[in-house]
Amino acid sequence: MTKILSVKNLVIKFYTFDGVVHALNNVSFDLEEGETLAIVGESGSGKSVSMLSLLHLLPMPPAKIENGEAYFYGNEEEPVDLLKLNRSGISKIRGGKIGFIFQDALSALNPVMTIGRQISESIIEHLGLSHAKAKEKTIELLKRVGIPGARQRYDNFPHQFSGGMRQRVMIAVSMACTPKIVIADEPTTALDVTVQAQIVDLTKELQKEFNIAVVWITHDLGVVAGMADRVLVMYAGSPVEIANAQDLYSNPQHPYTIGLMNALPNVKGDGDSRLASIDGIPPDLMDEPRHCQFAWRCPHAFDRCWEEIPQQVSVGENHVVSCFFDVENGRPKENV
Amino acid sequence: MQRYILSRLIQSFIMLVGVLFIVFFMLQLTGDPVALMVSRSASPEQIEELREELGFNRPVLVQFADFVGNAVKGDFGMSLRHNQPAMELILERMPATVELASIALLFAMVIGIPLGLLGGANPGSIWDMLARGAGLIGQTIPNFWLALILIMIFAVNLGWFPSFGRETYQFMGLALPTKSVILPAFALGLFTMGQLVRFTRSAVLEIKNEDFVRTAYSKGLADRRVYIKHILRNAAIPLISILGVQFGYLLSGSIYIETIFSWPGLGNLLAESIGNRDFALVQAIAFFTSLVVVSLNLTADIAYGMADPRIRYGE
Amino acid sequence: MGNEATIKSTGSRVDEEVERGIWPKLVYVWRLLYRDKAGMLGLAMFLIVAATAVFSPWLAPYDPLKQDLMVAKQPPAYSEKGDMSHVLGTDNLGRDMLSRIIYGSRVSLTVGFFGVLIAGSLGMIIGLISGYVGGRVDSFIMGGVNMILALPYLVFVVFIASILGRSLLNVILIFGFTNIPIFARITRGEVLRLRESGFVESALSIGATRTRILFSHILPNLLGPLITIATFEMSGMIFYEAGLGFLGLSVPPSTPSWGNMLATGRQYLTIYPWIATFPGLAIVFTGLGMNLFGDWLRDVLDPRLRRTKR
Ligand SMILES: Nc1ncnc2c1ncn2[C@@H]1O[C@H](COP(=O)(O)OP(=O)(O)OP(=O)(O)O)[C@@H](O)[C@H]1O
Ligand SMILES: [Mg+2]
Repeated sequence: MTKILSVKNLVIKFYTFDGVVHALNNVSFDLEEGETLAIVGESGSGKSVSMLSLLHLLPMPPAKIENGEAYFYGNEEEPVDLLKLNRSGISKIRGGKIGFIFQDALSALNPVMTIGRQISESIIEHLGLSHAKAKEKTIELLKRVGIPGARQRYDNFPHQFSGGMRQRVMIAVSMACTPKIVIADEPTTALDVTVQAQIVDLTKELQKEFNIAVVWITHDLGVVAGMADRVLVMYAGSPVEIANAQDLYSNPQHPYTIGLMNALPNVKGDGDSRLASIDGIPPDLMDEPRHCQFAWRCPHAFDRCWEEIPQQVSVGENHVVSCFFDVENGRPKENV
Repeated sequence: MQRYILSRLIQSFIMLVGVLFIVFFMLQLTGDPVALMVSRSASPEQIEELREELGFNRPVLVQFADFVGNAVKGDFGMSLRHNQPAMELILERMPATVELASIALLFAMVIGIPLGLLGGANPGSIWDMLARGAGLIGQTIPNFWLALILIMIFAVNLGWFPSFGRETYQFMGLALPTKSVILPAFALGLFTMGQLVRFTRSAVLEIKNEDFVRTAYSKGLADRRVYIKHILRNAAIPLISILGVQFGYLLSGSIYIETIFSWPGLGNLLAESIGNRDFALVQAIAFFTSLVVVSLNLTADIAYGMADPRIRYGE
Repeated sequence: MGNEATIKSTGSRVDEEVERGIWPKLVYVWRLLYRDKAGMLGLAMFLIVAATAVFSPWLAPYDPLKQDLMVAKQPPAYSEKGDMSHVLGTDNLGRDMLSRIIYGSRVSLTVGFFGVLIAGSLGMIIGLISGYVGGRVDSFIMGGVNMILALPYLVFVVFIASILGRSLLNVILIFGFTNIPIFARITRGEVLRLRESGFVESALSIGATRTRILFSHILPNLLGPLITIATFEMSGMIFYEAGLGFLGLSVPPSTPSWGNMLATGRQYLTIYPWIATFPGLAIVFTGLGMNLFGDWLRDVLDPRLRRTKR
């Protein structure tokens, strides 16, 4: 396996009128070529911010990247730090090397431009094809993502598609230039369940076909189980646990992850679909974090949790957790 | 789309009926329309005579039916002062006003839209300051005062432009504008310029935050392309209706400017007819201006529908 | 994908937001105003004009109606022929310009204030009815409102003014009534927005009466948008009043008002330019203040904008 992306110590703050929002605190993770990494966490935990920041898509101001690096290895030459790229440098990466699928395809597509043009403009930009060639390639792509009557649909506007079809278009936009990485930010939340499954399957197919690494942001632990190779669990702007999907389900190491797993409906499925929830609310991101952010809600919190911020430690192969407590043995860890 | 156009047509029609109603009953506001029209020294006999002549002795509803019947034929009665059909006078004066308003609109668009775009694209920059300043100036300087100041500086002191009157340059049967239109058009257009700057700027600021703009950037498009193909294209659609409304505003706002510059247009005619208590003419001008404004809005709405695919291809 | 396990938290921080009383809110608004220098400036300018109107008799050096032909057409103090006895000079009848401008603020503010009061209260009531009752009543009222808003405003105002004749009361009534539609439309829009947000239903479901909801939820929420629009409308009325005065259709000619002064100034434009210049500057000053303040109000009261404000 070869690394395609390596994010280290990412810190992002929002300087708003009401105060400073500590959106990301020291986020680090790696992404391998062709794998699927799921990012899960409550609303506001920083999932979107962490991904948008890599492509300079956050509004700055108020956002400011305070620290961190994000090495991308998908270029032919040297690896580059995405966060240090200039405008034209990042433009080549966006769409060309890293594609983005957004949650609500209706608002993510330009309402007054045909969907064909919205796909082909990216192809023209990155692959330098002529208009006519780009159009042919776009129609191929529309067929590939399963749009019936692709040639006629080329000239349609977003509102003329159903929700599922729009999300297929969105996928075509993101993969138009066969990028190395596709970031999917809750791409199925707005869709109904059967369509969700189709979108997940389509993404998986294309991922295999083009050997694309996918970062799949979601609230939905069901989707995670079905498609992710590895999972990153976020809590209040911090990565609390990273593990292989099976490991995470069978052997969660962070109290927050454990809480999530316990709250899951019976995976065997007796049809009961409750919402996973843990008592309490996440901390106010306006306060500078001085200790473990989960301490307020943590059943195992002890003195140290209120004094220090836990660092990421490896607890097994490909398994990293940020916690002072050893849940397996029911006592504080000694060597961290 | 057909249904959209049809419903707009019906709306416009109802509006015009409403306008006729308002224009007619406005004169009845004080109880006696004839008393408004005569000079204070008129004797009771003279008033009675006029009342009979103009048919104001009939029941109000009969008068109204008569008024509407004639109006449909384009007949708004005679101007007492000019002794000429009101509509004829209006049509004579129309070209001058259209020239003035069009040039004012052109000036407002050429300056206002790019400035708003630049300001909205770079908040806090020097362009933004200029845009905000222009918006504020347009909104706070009354055009009647501006016109006086312009005359003082550019006509009286510098002598660059004439201080009154309209001159045209005849070319192949067309009456082309000359520099006599510059001062009045600038004074008239400044407010609209400010409005266009404000609108464009805030539309750009708003659209910039839309998800699809982020998508456009996520595709690696350059700023220029994002602004022109995505942001401006979306802002242009509501701009169409704004332009319609603003043109209507310019037509009626010309009353001050035309009076000050003795510009031989509709606004001037309106001010003059009010001075002369020539109310048949005032009614006719009010209706005619409304007719133009309503048609402008209708045209703008239809153009809007054509430009917006959500309406054009909607059910 | 039968299981729809999604991650969310129980409880929320939103309640806190709602629970905050009126006093912390005012403090917050003041903090925002204090940061925005343009808004501060606008408020200060408006307060200056308001104070001028209230204290005219103490501020004006002369009786604004007193004619003194000996000093007629005296230029302002900065000119060689002028002197400090009449700082802004005198008009064609020898009346002191400064005193007339000071008194003129009374006409402008009276028209603006009462005009907005009439238009605002009637418009609010009509808009509330329209939005609250809905259905046919709503479409009828809104049909009328939209029609009036689409008419060439200035033409009709001039028309009415010429019929009613020159008096302060008439001018107030004209602006008070012709501006009802804009307030009605804003009010209705807000009521619909609040209704859509669903909290009226939820309040009803926990047993609140309609009147209670009106007074405890709808009206307080209306206040912000209405105050903002009132600021702009007031400045608009001040403009239009001056415009009517300029055409000789506002308050009687003897009354010192900025519009009347402009009308006089126009006649002497080429020889005594100051007569037209200063009343215009007074209008610009007032309009600038109100617009700066109004823009700020709009920014503050629009929560969407507040978020990204530095
Ligand atoms: N433009 C902004 N201004 C201020 N704060 C912001 C802004 N954008 C995001 N934030 C803050 O950053 C934090 C992380 O937001 P983010 O959008 O990454 O959450 P998320 O995990 O993607 O949540 P969701 O599941 O709801 O999409 C949030 O607390 C949010 O309040
Ligand atoms: Mg998100």
